[in-house]
Amino acid sequence: MDEMQEIIKAYVIKEYVEDDTELTYDSPLISGGIVDSFSMVSLKRFLENKYNISIPDDKATPEAFDSVNKICALVREYVK
Amino acid sequence: MAYTDKTRGIYTEVLTGLKNAGLFKQERYIHSAQAADIEVEFPAGAPLKKVINICANNYLGMSSHPEVVKAAHEGLDTHGYGMSSVRFICGTQDIHRTLEQMVTKFLGTEDTILFPSCMDANAGVFEAVLTKDDVMISDRLVHASIIDGIRLCSAMHDTFKHSDMEHLEEKLQLHNDKRLKCVITDGVFSMDGDTARLDKMVELCEKYEALLFVDDSHSSGFIGKTGRGTHEQYGVMGKIDILTTTFGKGLGGASGGCVSGRKELVEMCRQKARPYLFSNTIAPPVVAGVIKVLEILSASTDRRDKLESNTAFWRKGLIEAGLIIKAGDTPIVPVMLFNAKLAQDVSRDLYDEGIYAIGFFFPVVPQGQARIRTQISAGHEIHHLEKALEAFKKVGKKYEILGKSKQEIIERYGM
Repeated sequence: MDEMQEIIKAYVIKEYVEDDTELTYDSPLISGGIVDSFSMVSLKRFLENKYNISIPDDKATPEAFDSVNKICALVREYVK
Repeated sequence: MAYTDKTRGIYTEVLTGLKNAGLFKQERYIHSAQAADIEVEFPAGAPLKKVINICANNYLGMSSHPEVVKAAHEGLDTHGYGMSSVRFICGTQDIHRTLEQMVTKFLGTEDTILFPSCMDANAGVFEAVLTKDDVMISDRLVHASIIDGIRLCSAMHDTFKHSDMEHLEEKLQLHNDKRLKCVITDGVFSMDGDTARLDKMVELCEKYEALLFVDDSHSSGFIGKTGRGTHEQYGVMGKIDILTTTFGKGLGGASGGCVSGRKELVEMCRQKARPYLFSNTIAPPVVAGVIKVLEILSASTDRRDKLESNTAFWRKGLIEAGLIIKAGDTPIVPVMLFNAKLAQDVSRDLYDEGIYAIGFFFPVVPQGQARIRTQISAGHEIHHLEKALEAFKKVGKKYEILGKSKQEIIERYGM
């Protein structure tokens, strides 16, 4: 567990989870129906603002955003 | 022949899957005009059955109003059957512009443009007024036609939790760097019958300089003291930038829709909206019918007042019977059953009792929120509603759900 995982998980829960669904770092977010593809945009913007990075649109795919761990890996590619 | 046995098999399998999952939709043939009392053939080939209709969008009972029918007849005689052209080539008659001006006055906006349907208005409007430099921020429960329109638009799209104004404000802050921001909501949400907090939304849109879009299809003609819609109810007439609505519900029930609002935005639709540019507009007899509807509704609030009192009677009756309904004051009154099979069984038994009401379940509503959506009309008389209440009580007693809590119903029937 690291700080980035916790921050992103907390954001996903606050933003998208409206019932008592349990979330792990590997829970499928998009393919599991927790985050709809429309709502990915706010997650992308949150990450860009929080970590002061720019994620190219072609890298912000449903696959790359499909779990907290995958998102962390993506963010780390762009954090200097 | 390209349509091989293999191709046919692919589609047959999909359709069989829908049937097996209980998601196959079957039409019921109505042999009479749309009204409170109708004659239905169901299933196909069965003898006609007289039933009371409590699931139509015929909120004001205008679908078969004699004056509206007469006006449509006259429109047919004076302006013909169709236009055989889109609006900007040779498909605009004087009555099309008359109707646009009447709608503008009725809704209290700056200008209006007609569309073949509100589905088309919603499909075309966003692409016409927004670009990739802009953002659309929509309520998570907006109607499917709005979602389709959003998909066709190059602007960025984000959502906010249903009716959560704090969440909307967070999103407005998040996207404050965009050229234009457009907040998108239904006026009345069609599945739950709740209304958008337009007073708060106007406040936020003014604070963050965002456009406000409202689809008032389930409101126009009857929500608000004079039936102008949700914006009248919340005291924000003249402050909605883009308002779409339909003529297929309260305002006559036939077909057609419109975008009404700021004149520059309406003009953008006239220049750029694809369903307007590439499709015939509303047929002349329907235009004549809607003009008559607006004349009737502008002259008197009798029909929306009757709808209001019918709705109060119906909501009170269902609660007293011990059924669970969604709170609110609109004529969309969902009777909550939570379980999909229970909703279908209750619907079938109501039909046997002479009451036509349909069960809604996943994926139309969220899992575990199956219901019978009832819709009240000014065309209903108290004796219709009394009979329908008796049927609900009888069927509710059979399934032992009267006076039971949500938890008790779920424990017995499952989600």
